[in-house]
Amino acid sequence: MEKHLLSGNEAIARGAYEAGVQVCSAYPGTPSTEIFESLPQYGAALYCEWAPNEKVATEVAYGASIGGVRSLCAMKHVGLNVAADPLFTAAYNGVRGGFVIVTADDPSMHSSQNEQDNRYYARSAKVALVEPSDSQECIDFMKEAYAISERFDMPVIFRTTTNISHSKSLVRFSEREEHRCEPYVRNQRKFNCAPANAYRNHPKVEQNLRDLAAYGESCPINKLELRGSRVGVITASIAYQYAKEVFPEDTSFLKLGLTNPLPMGLIRDFAAKVEKLYVIEELEGFMEEQIKAAGIPCVGKELVSNLYELNPQRLREMVFGEKPVVKEPAVKAVPRPPVLCPGCPHRGFFYTMSKGRDFVIAGDIGCYTLGGAAPLDALDTCVCMGGGFSIAMGMSKAFAATGEKKKIFGVVGDSTFFHSGMTGAAEILYNKGAVIPVVLDNHITGMTGHQDNPGSGYTLQGEAAAAIRIEDVLRAYGYENVIVVDPQDLAAMQKAVDDALASAVPAAIICRRPCLLIKRIPHEKGLCVVDREKCVGCKKCLKVGCPAVMIREGRSSIDPNQCVGCTLCAQVCPVGAITRKEGK
Amino acid sequence: MAVKTAILVGVGGQGAILTAKVLVNGLMRAGYDVKMSEVHGMSQRGGSVSTQVRWGEKVYAPLVGPGGADVLVAFEKMEAVRYALFLKPDGVAVINDYEQASATIAAGLAEYPAGCLEAMRDNFRCVVLPAAEIAEGLGSAKCMNIVLFGALAHVLGLDEIDWEQVIRETVPPKFLELNLAAYRAGRAAAEA
Repeated sequence: MEKHLLSGNEAIARGAYEAGVQVCSAYPGTPSTEIFESLPQYGAALYCEWAPNEKVATEVAYGASIGGVRSLCAMKHVGLNVAADPLFTAAYNGVRGGFVIVTADDPSMHSSQNEQDNRYYARSAKVALVEPSDSQECIDFMKEAYAISERFDMPVIFRTTTNISHSKSLVRFSEREEHRCEPYVRNQRKFNCAPANAYRNHPKVEQNLRDLAAYGESCPINKLELRGSRVGVITASIAYQYAKEVFPEDTSFLKLGLTNPLPMGLIRDFAAKVEKLYVIEELEGFMEEQIKAAGIPCVGKELVSNLYELNPQRLREMVFGEKPVVKEPAVKAVPRPPVLCPGCPHRGFFYTMSKGRDFVIAGDIGCYTLGGAAPLDALDTCVCMGGGFSIAMGMSKAFAATGEKKKIFGVVGDSTFFHSGMTGAAEILYNKGAVIPVVLDNHITGMTGHQDNPGSGYTLQGEAAAAIRIEDVLRAYGYENVIVVDPQDLAAMQKAVDDALASAVPAAIICRRPCLLIKRIPHEKGLCVVDREKCVGCKKCLKVGCPAVMIREGRSSIDPNQCVGCTLCAQVCPVGAITRKEGK
Repeated sequence: MAVKTAILVGVGGQGAILTAKVLVNGLMRAGYDVKMSEVHGMSQRGGSVSTQVRWGEKVYAPLVGPGGADVLVAFEKMEAVRYALFLKPDGVAVINDYEQASATIAAGLAEYPAGCLEAMRDNFRCVVLPAAEIAEGLGSAKCMNIVLFGALAHVLGLDEIDWEQVIRETVPPKFLELNLAAYRAGRAAAEA
């Protein structure tokens, strides 16, 4: 049978397709995004969408489960914080069609704000936890996850990490198996979480977990690999792959695919078969804590750090003390941090703000987090999706108490506005915050690689859809002075900031210009060139923080391969030494 | 055979992922077990990027840490220095003699380091080629990644794999002739 090379994310999509899943909803977030980008290829077999946020996505998928089909939602690890509310109650109510929640954790924080270990959500919410260790398991375990969900009447958390989601390995495909459910019959007793029902549901949840634990003792995704009796390793997820490479040939493995609840009988039997037992896991000692609490001696986090992602060399050093042999060249590389792209519409806003030293700017999650990097250096905070507005609000109330005079701006992107910025915008208006909300509207969810959102006018399938106008939303709330500005026009951008600060009525700013990387929008690209005779070498053009602009032999120089002709550098040049040529 | 590891590094947008794809497709044809890891996300915004490819009879880990790679392919010479510690002491480096300033350098906050190639040669067997120049000479800077792949193919010595056929099956037909020429030129430069 033909083999295909699939990333874990692509394989999860394939697994959902093969499992007969019919409704899928997600909000993009690295490293989970490609799961949903690879769902539209299955056409009419399943419905898939980008939801405004992870809570909505989880509710849509759970609603579909109640409606009688198998359903899927997916998110990055911090997305499950947003979606925790429906998760915990869905766990009490149970399901009709199988319901799987994919969480993609990001050890080492390649693209994240923390490295939380979402396995604890499964324990806390009292649901099944399934962890694949490569792409083939992403397909196979998805099918098992749906079977578990239906048999034990609970949502299933399907957890990957960056190196499961983004690594490619060989897989074999199977046919899709359509899933059939009984016709819909209203069941308030089960699906209305009113206190009296919830009270009766809790013991049922505990019984389902006990039944699932019994199933885990012999289920096909918990595997024993018995070799020698000297050393045994209990492991799961990507850590299994590293441990297989690092431990000697004669090591026995108990490789777990169902990690909540843990199969404690299986673990106890395995422990009895080996002289020394290791528990090898990335991030926290999730399994080890429970195994130790059950009175089974083992070694784990004494050796293996709970910080950052593992790899074979790191694991070998931590377990066996063998340092990798490396040679380091005498020359040191200069940092190459990610930056706002040349021509990025966010640059004009952050440049303008960087000049106002009496501003405090509460930022948010997206490309525009890079507005905090030098030389723009124009962010004070960044906490979470939607936090730009509400963190600013709290600071304004603190400043009112302390007498601090600085003006406060809260910044979110267009996708973030629909995700959870709208509630913060309501908060500022309702509770009279001294905050100017700013929406950086580039018509796309940028940082995750260009996904559509309720303001972009297109669906996940690329079909035309309603584009909700952010200014209409803000005006409907009661922002009487909504200033829409092209951030690439620095004079207009400065005026927008001044006007918003001077406004006697509640004001908000929308910086609107589409991301240059959106393929379906025609962009008028050009090229800026420096007249080296006119240039006085003042370096003011460097202050816009564009990677295409640099100083060569004391004069400004623009890299024609990178420049797109946005003219920000030309607008700040005091001697008119930079001009734009049309076309590129 | 022991599992082999190649690490491909560069700057976002240089085409390292396509190069890795050609390598992987060839290895799959030859019947190897293959795994590949990519770093996505923030790195796309002009940052440093890395991709690893591992192959052998049975591959477990999709990636290695420092001291674990047999071959390093650097699409930019400062990136060669940055990732050099991933090479085994007897590893080989294929380096594009090409310089791209980082934002830190462009902003005047640091100088591009001198002597990157020499520092690499002092420590490793190196194959250095001006892949960007070769690509431009062939008519498009865009095929630089396949020029580098040609050099990599020479270093790997997996002569049972018909790489030209793999390129035919991997790149869009529109750019096939350009990419075949790029592959041959890169291979010739490495042999020289």
